[in-house]
Amino acid sequence: MRGGGARAWTLHLAVLVLLLAVQFVLPAYHHGNLARIMVLASYAVGYNILFGYTGLLSLGHALFFAAGMYGLGLAIKLGGWAAGPAIVAGLGAGLLLSLAVGALALRTSGVAFMIVTLMFAQAGYLAILYFGAFTRGDEGFVIPREARMIMWLDLADAATRYFVALALFALCLLFCLWLMRQPLGRALIAIRENEERTEMLGYDTFRLKLVAVAISGTMSAAAGAAYALLFGYVGASFAAVQYSILPLLWVLVGGAGTVLGPFLGTLFMFYLIDIASGLTTAYMMIAGVVLVMITLFARSGLLGEARRRLWGWLP
Amino acid sequence: MLRIEAVDAGYGRAQVLRRFSLEVAAGEVLCLLGRNGAGKTTLMRAIMGHLPLMGGAIRLEGVELSALPPHEVPRQGVGYVPQGRRLFGDLTVAQNLAIGLMARGQGEETREWVLGLFPRLRERLGQRARTLSGGEQQMLATARALCLRPRLLLMDEPTEGLQPSMIEAIRQVVARMRDEGVGILLVEQRIDAVLAIADRVAFIENGRGGEVVPAEQLRRDHALVERYLGV
Repeated sequence: MRGGGARAWTLHLAVLVLLLAVQFVLPAYHHGNLARIMVLASYAVGYNILFGYTGLLSLGHALFFAAGMYGLGLAIKLGGWAAGPAIVAGLGAGLLLSLAVGALALRTSGVAFMIVTLMFAQAGYLAILYFGAFTRGDEGFVIPREARMIMWLDLADAATRYFVALALFALCLLFCLWLMRQPLGRALIAIRENEERTEMLGYDTFRLKLVAVAISGTMSAAAGAAYALLFGYVGASFAAVQYSILPLLWVLVGGAGTVLGPFLGTLFMFYLIDIASGLTTAYMMIAGVVLVMITLFARSGLLGEARRRLWGWLP
Repeated sequence: MLRIEAVDAGYGRAQVLRRFSLEVAAGEVLCLLGRNGAGKTTLMRAIMGHLPLMGGAIRLEGVELSALPPHEVPRQGVGYVPQGRRLFGDLTVAQNLAIGLMARGQGEETREWVLGLFPRLRERLGQRARTLSGGEQQMLATARALCLRPRLLLMDEPTEGLQPSMIEAIRQVVARMRDEGVGILLVEQRIDAVLAIADRVAFIENGRGGEVVPAEQLRRDHALVERYLGV
């Protein structure tokens, strides 16, 4: 919503071009990492639409990520579906679940909304464990290489995986940038700023928030489905509370309500933990200290702070 | 135009408005005067549908506003300028106006009309709302409400904390809206501001409706003001 359009589009396209280019020079380890980061950042971009732009703090997004993952995984494992239709199954599961959860959870607000979304996610997690005969419970299941093909594309191949991860991330990023310039995006920001005032201007804020939950949930499901397909594993740990908290951290670190912030936050956190875990087994302590420092000195997150102090035009 | 019929309203079990009745005609500025806590803002919130009625009804040209969900009330042509302005402070002037315009699908013509009423805002389009002066914020809050092209405009203490030149600018816009046939319900505590603009004045005391008198009478009969406001 902020800033000039041309400059914002140029910046975001430049970041995507950079991501496209670096794959040719990155060592294999970082190549794989970056593909994973882009999928997780897509999840964070979806989360940011609800949290950063609409002002709704959900602690249950792992449910939508897992819906995409299991929707796709079970369609392949139990239904014998091809990857293409299985992606649609994953997205459909995410959309339906987000609409159902949103319709109920949005009857609350603030802390109650957080708790209700957390409870729904926990129920989803427990359901995955309970129906272990189908989901393989805690152990999860592997998607065989032959099922990870879309037409001639072998998604198990590292280069293809990188391209697909980049394509998903580019889609999510540009969609977010576009959405926030549309009347719907502006109305969501207005809700974040002052919901009552927005309603007094004639906006049906419940309906708008439900749309935000659905968009955010479906994007999270897309990331979950992509993760399963690209990395070949579906597991209950992705439905656990940790995966609801992680996107919140990524968005907070990168900058809530900024388009690129979720990517920056995911990248930063991923490598912070990766590097710290190479130094000590108490790596979470290092991560914790860094997070406290960011909270103290960059309250709006890395990109949010850059926008506040230097580049006010950043979207 | 606006008919408030024996309205009871309040917060939880605390009843604030008690069988309150009032009528506002098209092309009229009606000022509601009362002390702090008399129920003025409660009445505004009840009209906007943000406070469920315990009894009575509120109608705008026959449509029962009190039966509509809150977001439908502005769509009936009711603009509200709340006390304290309540802008989207982190957004620019242009974005605040855009949100107002989108609410009822208004376009460039309405935007130009509104900016014509408040030329000062045109110079501040790229500025964040929270960085505006108090008077400019009031102008923006009023402009945003006018983006709805309202038939009825509710204004809650629009002159609060403003310097005289800004009060005059707001007053001129109110007068122009009245001349265009908009009904205006104005809540005020400043008697001088009321007398400068009002056609009629209604009093409210402890949530109950008091006398409704022509503003002219109030200019002559100061005892009435003293009785209700103690000034």
